[in-house]
Amino acid sequence: MDEITSVFVTESREQLTALEAALLDLEANAGDPDTLNAVFRSAHTIKGGAGVVECEFIVAFTHVVENVLDKLRNGEIAVSGDLVAVLLSCADHIGHLLDVLEAGATQPNEDLTAEGATILARLQRDWLAQHDDAAPRSGPPSAREEPVSSSGGGAVETDCWHISLRFGPNVLRGGMDPLSFLRYLDTLGRIVHIETLADTLPAAEQMDPETCYLGFEINFASTADKAAIERVFDFVRDECELHILPPHSKLEDYLELLRKLPEDTMRLGEILVRIGALTQTELDEGLREQTPPSTEAEGGEHTPLGEILVEHKVVQPELVEAAVGKQKQVSEKKAAESRLIRIQADKLDKLIDLVGELVIAGASVNLLAGKSGLSDLVEATSLTSRLVESIRDAALQLRMVQIGETFNRFNRVVRDVSRELGKDIELVISGGETELDKSMVEKIGDPLMHLVRNAMDHGIESPENRVAHGKPARGRLELNAYHDSGSIMIEVVDDGGGLNRERIAAKAVERGIIQPGQTLSDTEIYNLIFEAGFSTAEQVSNLSGRGVGMDVVRRNIQSLRGTVEVSSTAGEGSRFAIRLPLTLAIIDGFLVGVGRAAYVIPLDSVVECIELRQDSEGRDYINLRGEVLPFVRLRDMFGIEDVPPPRQNVVVVQYGGLKAGIVVDQLMGEFQTVIKPLGSIFRHIKGIGGSTILGSGEVALILDVQALVQRCAQHEERSAARPQLAAPAKA
Amino acid sequence: MADTPTASRLALMEDMTIYNAMTLKTRLIEALAGTDRLELDLSGVAEIDSSGLQLLIMIKREATRLGKQAPIVAHSEAVSEVVDFLNLAAEFGDPLLVPAHQG
Repeated sequence: MDEITSVFVTESREQLTALEAALLDLEANAGDPDTLNAVFRSAHTIKGGAGVVECEFIVAFTHVVENVLDKLRNGEIAVSGDLVAVLLSCADHIGHLLDVLEAGATQPNEDLTAEGATILARLQRDWLAQHDDAAPRSGPPSAREEPVSSSGGGAVETDCWHISLRFGPNVLRGGMDPLSFLRYLDTLGRIVHIETLADTLPAAEQMDPETCYLGFEINFASTADKAAIERVFDFVRDECELHILPPHSKLEDYLELLRKLPEDTMRLGEILVRIGALTQTELDEGLREQTPPSTEAEGGEHTPLGEILVEHKVVQPELVEAAVGKQKQVSEKKAAESRLIRIQADKLDKLIDLVGELVIAGASVNLLAGKSGLSDLVEATSLTSRLVESIRDAALQLRMVQIGETFNRFNRVVRDVSRELGKDIELVISGGETELDKSMVEKIGDPLMHLVRNAMDHGIESPENRVAHGKPARGRLELNAYHDSGSIMIEVVDDGGGLNRERIAAKAVERGIIQPGQTLSDTEIYNLIFEAGFSTAEQVSNLSGRGVGMDVVRRNIQSLRGTVEVSSTAGEGSRFAIRLPLTLAIIDGFLVGVGRAAYVIPLDSVVECIELRQDSEGRDYINLRGEVLPFVRLRDMFGIEDVPPPRQNVVVVQYGGLKAGIVVDQLMGEFQTVIKPLGSIFRHIKGIGGSTILGSGEVALILDVQALVQRCAQHEERSAARPQLAAPAKA
Repeated sequence: MADTPTASRLALMEDMTIYNAMTLKTRLIEALAGTDRLELDLSGVAEIDSSGLQLLIMIKREATRLGKQAPIVAHSEAVSEVVDFLNLAAEFGDPLLVPAHQG
């Protein structure tokens, strides 16, 4: 596939996303002209692009769609749920056609052609034919059609601007030569006709050769906009009188100009006629209307245009608006486009890799500088490391995208699925502006899809059922995203029936996942649904409930170094919370030492550091300002057998609302680190998230705070769980 | 216009720019005072700016006011280009590019 086609496919997919969003919007606010225009624009852009890459089958299909949209826009047909549904299927079909183009095929296969024909026939019959009795114009149009928004210069080009210039007396003394401005103006377009006015030039005796007496009336042909023309005279703006009339200005404006200029009206009028700005008839007519002056003055108050001309002799917003409006649109569009650069993802990955190496190398330099004891060097390296840090942040920022786009896809899913299921479900999205790594956005889509479908299928009850339980008939599904201590939280919340604790426990026993009589907390039981081969749905629908869902979801999320948890309240709904790291590659770490080894704790999770008191021997918790804080001793956990130093420290970490302490020997400070994954044989070791290379070349293990915290929490929960909780699990 | 015209020729060899404007004005006025017909030879003018142009306009008007003449009998390239650019040929009424005496 050549480059232009691939760009077309990428851009068209973006347009399709926009089209879909606008269509859904249209369904909600029928007849909103802005939305309609957005729909039309997207379709038109796709068609225009398809014409450029000479993809006839897309042009042909999109053309018919565009016809329908055109009628819609003209108010000939009205927005209805049916129409939106058909248009959505049109969007899908265009997506399929793009697949065909991307695959390099010259024509869609038969199935797809048939699908297209069915949709077109439907459009033709129900919406096009009924208002368009003449033979419908469904044939492909001329292939190359200019996008609407890119025109706009045409009318302006052929006609001329009128510029009136009167230079102030001090221009020459200021070192500026009116001639050079005119020569510069000449580069912006073509001076069709110029009249030099020296009416203010006094008789020889009074004439000061260093005073400027010149004025010019210029008929100027140019495609430049008014601002550009004004810019020519920027340097003398304060010292010259400048009037610019755009092409096709009203006669009234010219008359206003005549009245304003210092020279005699009749003389100027003649000049205007001579340089071709006005015709003689126009001038005569205008001057006749101008008299008697008294009534004109009164009338003038009702012609705001004239007033504005007087008040703003340089900037004339209305005129600018009229003549430059189109050009402005074009330039705004260009500006919006230039804010985006498309680059290959692997180039970006390469950059991030390099930055990662830079971070490691920088850490090594820092270490050496510190050892050397040269304060100048230390200062220089600290500046370097600050810059490296900024580069790292900026590089990672490049990969960050907002999650909103992913969320918005679910509008369509929720709409389609809720129709299919006969449920009325409202999707509420919040935190769409939360950013996360692009690779994660791509990978989180599938697990989210599963959770959303699951919530709609199993979570939210049928409307009758809901009403019977005193809930509103309309179900509510929420997608939330937010930052939480260095992680991204993504939540799927429904207001359905909630998880059935007993049934999950029973099923788990049946499947041999837990032992009968095993004591489990609520949270543990709910999270059993993520075990492989677990599905409680009594009836298997085509949406979910195939029993392969939740464990796949969890595995996908874990592969992103994330976790998923579920909480639920019977009768009120359930909440699936996905926690993801901000980025996959680099973290700010807190370096600690135990024995001779160094470990890295992700800095985001560190809350505080305190000294471990001597009397804590034999206990696994301390009193942290009246709060019980369980802790793990890394020395015990990793089986380090040397003698502990007399003073040990507790690093208090927090994860997902739980706090725990990690007991270490030494606190070695902050450390920016690149995560190197551990080999697969270490995969099952709990408590370690990866490794990194220290500046000294030594390897340090990165602690998996989540696992450690959970270990503490579970320990606590188990010891606190009361025996009667286990009873229902026996069923 | 004048009955027994006396003619003299003034050849300007320096630039007609703001830097010389003051002296040029004096020279032009003085030259015009001593004759009925001041023929301006501008073929040596390498550079002319707006002030020079104003001087030309001034001397022509002054000549007309006094019932005299001040034709430009020879243009340098710079002068004719500016006169052409500003569309002043008609106002000046001098044959451009062709150095010739007015009849």
